[in-house]
Amino acid sequence: MPDFSLPAAVPISWYLILSAVLFTLGIAGFLLRRSIITVFMSIELMLNAVNLTFVTFSYKLKAVDGHIFTFFVMVVAAAEAAVGLAIILTVFRNRSTLEIDEVNSLKL
Amino acid sequence: MPSIPLDAILFLVLAAIAVGSAINLVVQTHPINSALSLVGVMISLAVLYLLLGGEFIAAVQVIVYAGAIMVLFVFVIMLLNAGAERPRTRLSFSVAAGVPVLLAFLSAAAYFILKKVPPAEGVTFGGFTGGSPRAVGEALFTRYLLPFEVTSILILIAIIGAIVLAMKEID
Repeated sequence: MPDFSLPAAVPISWYLILSAVLFTLGIAGFLLRRSIITVFMSIELMLNAVNLTFVTFSYKLKAVDGHIFTFFVMVVAAAEAAVGLAIILTVFRNRSTLEIDEVNSLKL
Repeated sequence: MPSIPLDAILFLVLAAIAVGSAINLVVQTHPINSALSLVGVMISLAVLYLLLGGEFIAAVQVIVYAGAIMVLFVFVIMLLNAGAERPRTRLSFSVAAGVPVLLAFLSAAAYFILKKVPPAEGVTFGGFTGGSPRAVGEALFTRYLLPFEVTSILILIAIIGAIVLAMKEID
């Protein structure tokens, strides 16, 4: 019979698997949803999952560098959110839609 | 008497909140529900950062992500009066092909993580204290000074870009 008692210290792999699950859910949202805003939020979810990996490895290596990279990812996410939401505003003003399938001018 | 494995319990509770909120983000059709689920993910991740010794990152996660970025999202959702998505009429190719591929991706990732990461090491609260604002600030202003300064240019470009995009119709 396997041992189901909880370990005293959380294994590093649990954190990494949580990060993988969140990243996969982010991809799922990116692929399956059709509202531009929800797609954009899925990207933020993926960035958060990657940040968790950075912080976990920072713990494992006992170095602060992972936190610095997380900080930079947050900065990029903030810049991306500002520009991306401005693009969404422009798309909505020109097309009056938030459905990603209807914004297909570049499609062959 | 064995001591209570508080680290593992906290991790499991927070991971359950994070994964549940992330699933809710994906399945909800209304963007505002997705946005609030994303806030749940970010808050639970902030507490996980705290367990991993990232005090500064946990605070920044709450202030910048859950605060500033999500307010921007909610603002745009309200401004555009975004409604619920129309339900899908038929099973699209992205669902039929994407879900199995994603499950395969997740299994492959979990396999390599369990295979490659040594199971002996564990995370305990307080095991790493190098994530204080002081340590982060020291690294940011010595070794990472150039990337930090480039970051400010990036933000400046983002501000100008957002203004240019948003004010197109004013003239």
